[in-house]
Amino acid sequence: MTTQSGETPLLEVQDLCVSFVQYTSCLRQSTLQVINNLSVSIYPGEIVAVVGSSGSGKSLLAHAVLGILPGNASFSGVISYDGQALSPKRQAELRGREIALIPQSVNYLDPLMRVGKQVQTSVHAGNPRSRQREVFERYQLSPDVDKLFPFQLSGGMARRVLVSTALVSGARLVIADEPTPGLDDAAVAETLDYFRDLADQGCGVMLITHDIEAALKIADRIAVFYAGSTVEIAPVQDFAGEGEALRHPYTKALWRALPQNGFEPMPGSQPLPHELPAGCVFQPRCRQATSECSTERPAMRTVREGMVRCIHAT
Amino acid sequence: MIAFLCKKLLRFATLLIALCVLSFWLVSYSPLDPIQAYVGADMTRVSLEQREAIAEYWGLNKPPVERFLHWGSALVQGDMGTSMIFRRPVADVIGERFMASLALMSMAWLFSGILGFVLGAIAGMKQDTWVDRLMKWYCFTLASTPTFWLGMLMVIVFAVWLGWFPVGLGVPAGVLAEQVTLADRLYHLILPALTLSILGVANVALHTRQKLVDILASDYVLFARARGEKGFLLFWRHGLRNVAIPAITIQFASFSELIGGTVLAEQVFSYPGLGQATVQAGLRSDLPLLLGIVICSALFVFIGNLVADIIYRLVDPRIRKGESA
Ligand code: SF4
Repeated sequence: MTTQSGETPLLEVQDLCVSFVQYTSCLRQSTLQVINNLSVSIYPGEIVAVVGSSGSGKSLLAHAVLGILPGNASFSGVISYDGQALSPKRQAELRGREIALIPQSVNYLDPLMRVGKQVQTSVHAGNPRSRQREVFERYQLSPDVDKLFPFQLSGGMARRVLVSTALVSGARLVIADEPTPGLDDAAVAETLDYFRDLADQGCGVMLITHDIEAALKIADRIAVFYAGSTVEIAPVQDFAGEGEALRHPYTKALWRALPQNGFEPMPGSQPLPHELPAGCVFQPRCRQATSECSTERPAMRTVREGMVRCIHAT
Repeated sequence: MIAFLCKKLLRFATLLIALCVLSFWLVSYSPLDPIQAYVGADMTRVSLEQREAIAEYWGLNKPPVERFLHWGSALVQGDMGTSMIFRRPVADVIGERFMASLALMSMAWLFSGILGFVLGAIAGMKQDTWVDRLMKWYCFTLASTPTFWLGMLMVIVFAVWLGWFPVGLGVPAGVLAEQVTLADRLYHLILPALTLSILGVANVALHTRQKLVDILASDYVLFARARGEKGFLLFWRHGLRNVAIPAITIQFASFSELIGGTVLAEQVFSYPGLGQATVQAGLRSDLPLLLGIVICSALFVFIGNLVADIIYRLVDPRIRKGESA
């Protein structure tokens, strides 16, 4: 849909909506739409970063793709893998085999199971033991590490173990959910290298993060997540200079808020899922807003090799 | 580990002393006359001199503190005294009664533990389905059922109406002790053991269910699902080992409830175990026996808790490795 228009994308998410059923008082029930009309696609060998502020429901995108949303959630939209729309049954088949999740911390490992064993459970082809050893070798994890329990891992080891779970599975699509929380610069660089490595082997990588600087270092394309949807999908080269190549006012503001680009603060805050404005979700904070902006919600459209959800974007 | 054991033992010793003093003090304020309890109904035929002789013989005429110290010093030397109502050494009475109760309790304990764990695990895996709701309803109903009431119900239904099991006692009536077979004993054991287990199930099952529900909502299970695990495999790999430790722990820590339940169940089924002896000792002011039983049951409960603690330490790598590191 953008750069590699000839190929079929590995993963294509179209108009994804995820909502939760909530009980406000005893019998009153309401639905809360957390993700609305989100679209994103990933090609083999490519890293796409989904960037949005923390706690904005980005993780649900990963869970929706994997089909592991909680019971009180429902979703609509089309998720296709390899050009084929995914049914819940197909999702169950692909989980862990074709699509792998890299979680954010060691808490996602079973506390009572040795890490070597746990990584082995992710192997689907070949001898689990030797496959796991091979991958650990590659990440310089000594044989002693196999026998450790998650709580005994150092931060660096834990990250390599978590990445290993994806690598041994042989998955072609890797979704990394917030993999660099609170890491120092060296650790972030190290983690990002693992993803580049995965992509260079032909995997598609979806990097879900709040850290735009980390995303810019590694991703090929950036999808900007705002108030439950993607407002812009841009090639990473567009994030340059004053941000003149960027399409959406929010992306521009985000770019200019970075320390090296003038540290220009952005007034206001993201609207919560239950108080989205009619029309464009960014309208209350947008300087380019016109009266049309508050009447209808802009659709995603292609502008110069990228996608944007803004009626005035050029 | 050694330090941990010492600390536990020390705490137990202090607890035991406090318990003995308290029981002694309570019984010495009992309105029952131990001499009358000792002699029984024929009180009128006992002269004053005889009364005094009895009191002298059992040391009942001395002040309580002196009696307590006397009893305590004998205990330290390994002598638990003589039971007034059985007229045999307390150690013998307890030994015999304890074995009978042990059979009852271990059967109930094992059965309720296994059944409770399985029920809880199923309910947890099937959270919020009708299976789960049925299980919860069953457990909450049981948790609020008194033991003696359930025991009487069991007797009425299975012993009186259906006639499948004997109404009470530990062995058939009118049969010589040598002729009582193991099958006879088991046959008499089933109904009281069943009563105790049915009640014990609720505790383990509800606990296991709650733990499993928590585990299934955890991050590591979410990740396991993301790796394609589900159903029984998921339970086997991640549910079982994480839920087993708390379940085993709670089962060992429930020895006190087990004893409490046994006392009542034995009473209903006239089962000649420790529980029945406790009631008799209490009602007839048999101080040496009562104190002996108090010590033994406290020891029993203590061992249960200790085993629970030790298992926890041995099985959970976070504690095991954390200590050695
Ligand atoms: S649609 Fe209007 S309000 Fe929304 S981002 Fe574009 S200009 Fe701003």
